[in-house]
Amino acid sequence: MSDLDPKDELVTHLPALRAFALSLTRNRATADDMIQDTVLKAWSNMDKFEPGTKMRAWLFTILRNNYYSSRRKLSREVADIDNAFSDSLSVKPDHDGRLQMMDFKVAFAQLADEHREALILIGASGFSYDDAAEMCGVASGTMKSRVNRARSKLTELLQLDDDDVLELTDSATMAVVGSPNIPS
Amino acid sequence: MTSENDPKQERIDRYIDQNLKKVFADLEKDKMPDEIVDLLTVLRAQDEELKAKNERS
Repeated sequence: MSDLDPKDELVTHLPALRAFALSLTRNRATADDMIQDTVLKAWSNMDKFEPGTKMRAWLFTILRNNYYSSRRKLSREVADIDNAFSDSLSVKPDHDGRLQMMDFKVAFAQLADEHREALILIGASGFSYDDAAEMCGVASGTMKSRVNRARSKLTELLQLDDDDVLELTDSATMAVVGSPNIPS
Repeated sequence: MTSENDPKQERIDRYIDQNLKKVFADLEKDKMPDEIVDLLTVLRAQDEELKAKNERS
């Protein structure tokens, strides 16, 4: 539980909320509209937020509900993609890692919304399957299935099943991520 | 697809998650757009105004 005033705490979650919005919408203008709507809704409903519960999950839920609701109304999910996600790295290493990372981002952007969302929530944001499932209004098993399908699709798109590719990719990933913990 | 007891699949899953974390971390570093910063300023000003009003009454 945070000791911060809930409205101050909200501000600390905005960078992650925006990253989530960009990964969902793949469009900066749409993502920023979503953030503004989410901030307004959360701010005006802060009395409904239960201290001690997970604010980040609450904010992500507001944003995703807002996104899917708007998308249904506008049916514009394909038309307004501006590659906000796949061209977002501001500092890229000048070696093979750069190409590999761009390949990864381009492949990631091709996933279905629900699969992209599942991977972001579980793989990148660190939510549990149960929390992510609750946020998306589905069963935990459904969330696991989405993550598995998303990984399968990425494996296919990036040809990671090929042993040689994975060897190259691992070294490129180490160069990009800089983690000494990735096993060879 | 499952990674249980499949070292190769575990490596693939780990590769995917490491990349996701990197991409997400980079997106988090993006400068917050002015309109969002401005919105927060307006909301805080409204709160202060309301607070002052309540204290006066």
